[in-house]
Amino acid sequence: MSFALPKPWIAPLKLLVFLLSLVPLARIAYAIVIDPISLGANPAETILHMTGDWVIYFLLITLAITPLRKLTGWNDLIKFRRMMGLYAFFYACIHFLSYIGFDRLFDLSDMAREIVKRPFILVGFAAFVLLIPLAITSTRGWVLRLGGARWSALHKLVYPIAVLGIVHYWWLVKRDITWPLVFALVLAVLLAYRGFKRGGRKIRAATS
Amino acid sequence: MPRYLFPTPKGSEITPREVYLNRRHFIAGATAAGALLALDGSVKAAASATEPLKFSEGKVKALSDKPTARELATTYNNYYEFGTAKNEPARNASTLKVRPWTVEIGGEVAKPRTIGIEDLLAMELEERIYRMRCVEAWSMVIPWVGMSFSKLANLVEPTSKAKYVKFTSAARPEEMPGVRTRILDWPYTEGLRMDEAMHPLTFLTLGMYGETLPNQNGAPVRIVTPWKYGFKNAKSIVRIDFVSEQPRTAWMTAGANEYGFYANVNPEVDHPRWSQKHERLLPAFFASRETEKFNGYGAEVASLYSGMDLAVNF
Repeated sequence: MSFALPKPWIAPLKLLVFLLSLVPLARIAYAIVIDPISLGANPAETILHMTGDWVIYFLLITLAITPLRKLTGWNDLIKFRRMMGLYAFFYACIHFLSYIGFDRLFDLSDMAREIVKRPFILVGFAAFVLLIPLAITSTRGWVLRLGGARWSALHKLVYPIAVLGIVHYWWLVKRDITWPLVFALVLAVLLAYRGFKRGGRKIRAATS
Repeated sequence: MPRYLFPTPKGSEITPREVYLNRRHFIAGATAAGALLALDGSVKAAASATEPLKFSEGKVKALSDKPTARELATTYNNYYEFGTAKNEPARNASTLKVRPWTVEIGGEVAKPRTIGIEDLLAMELEERIYRMRCVEAWSMVIPWVGMSFSKLANLVEPTSKAKYVKFTSAARPEEMPGVRTRILDWPYTEGLRMDEAMHPLTFLTLGMYGETLPNQNGAPVRIVTPWKYGFKNAKSIVRIDFVSEQPRTAWMTAGANEYGFYANVNPEVDHPRWSQKHERLLPAFFASRETEKFNGYGAEVASLYSGMDLAVNF
C-alpha cells in the first residue's frame, strides 16, 4: 500500500506547513507588540508554557511521521520530518531563551546553579542540549559525512529527548498531571509501535 | 489543548462600556426583577456580581507599588476548586452561590456561633493594600477590604486551649467543578498559629478594589496573611475552628516537603523545585523584584518567629 501526491504539490505543501508552524511564534510576537494583555497577567509564564508545549507537539509530530507513513503508505510524509524536528529545536531555543531572560535575568551563573539544583530544569536542559547535535546534523551534507548508519544511530537520540521533555513537564506541574500524562501516553504509543515493529522483524527473521 | 489558554473573552462576551458603567443600576434592576418575577437567571446573575462596599482607609502603611489592575487580579487565580489553570476560576466560578452564606465558628471557644455574611459585611470595614506573594514566585498588589481577623475571634472568645486556627473552605461538587476531581484532598483547609491569627495584619477579607470579592477571588469571605505565601489565604470560608493541635493543611497533605505549615515568604528558603529569591511583580515580564523576607512585613511579624529555624519550619 502506498500513494503519492503529484510532485509539484510537495513544495507548496512544505511552504504551507512551514508557515503554519510559525503561527505560535506570530501569536506571541503580535501579543508582545500590539496586545500584551492577551498574554494574561503573567505574560512571561504564558510564553514559557506556550513554547514548551510546542516543543513537545513538534517532537511528537516528528516521532509520529514514520508510523503514519507506514500505516497510510503515504511516503511523502518523510519529507516533512526534518522540518518538524527543526521546529521542535526552534521553539526549544525560544523556550530556553525566555527562561534565562525572563526568569534568570540573563545571569548565567545563577542559571547554572538553578540547572544543577532543580531536577526538572536539569532534565529540560539536558533535552535541549541533546537537540543541538541533531539540529546541526540535520542537513544532507551531514548525512553523507556521517554515513547513513551512524547518522541514524545519532538521531535515535530523539527518543530520550522526548522522554526527558515530558519528564520536565511532569516534574514542573504542581498537582494536575493531566497534560503531561496525555503527552506521555502519546509518546508511549509511538515508542511501542517501534518496539512492536522491531519485534515483528526479529520474529520473521528467526522463523524464515 | 494546553491548560493556559489566553484569557481572552470572546467578542460576544465583552461587556459594552455603557453596561459596565451602569452596572449598579443593572444589578439593582435585575435584583428587583428577580424578586418580582422570580426569574432564577437574573437572581443568579446578581448573586455572582460584585457590589460596592463601605469602608475606611486602613491604618497599615501603604506600599510603594501601585495596585495591580483589577482585570488581572480577577483573571489570574489559583483556586483549584474551579480548575487548575489560572484562567479557569474566572470562567467557572460564577456557579458558586455566595448568598446565603454562613461561617460556623467553633472549637476551643467560649461562645461558638454561626455568623451570616450580612453580619460580617455590617461590621466596620477598612481597606488594606497588601502585596500578595504566590509560592510560584509571582506577586500582585491588591487593595483588600475587610477587618483584622482578631475582631471576629474576639466575638467567640477563644479559650486558653486554642493554640491554632483552622480554616475550612467550601467544597461543593455541584458548584465547583474542581472538587469533582481529586487534585487536592477536599475540602481545602488552612491554618495559622494563634498568635499569627490574632496579629493585626491577618485580615478577614470580604472585598477587593472597593467591592465585594468576585467569586474567583474567594467570595464571600477569605483570609489574607500578607507575610505568607498565597496558598495560606483560604478562600470561600465556611468553618473556622479554634484547635489545640496544629492542623494538617490541604497543601501539606498534597506535598509536605514542598508546602509547609508556616509558609512564610522567605528568599533564603527555596521551594524544592524553584528559587524564591526573586519574584515577578505582575504583569512584568522579568522576575526582577527581589523577594523580601516576610514579604516586606518583617518589622511587624518577625518577632513571632524569634528562635525558630525558618528553614526547618518552612
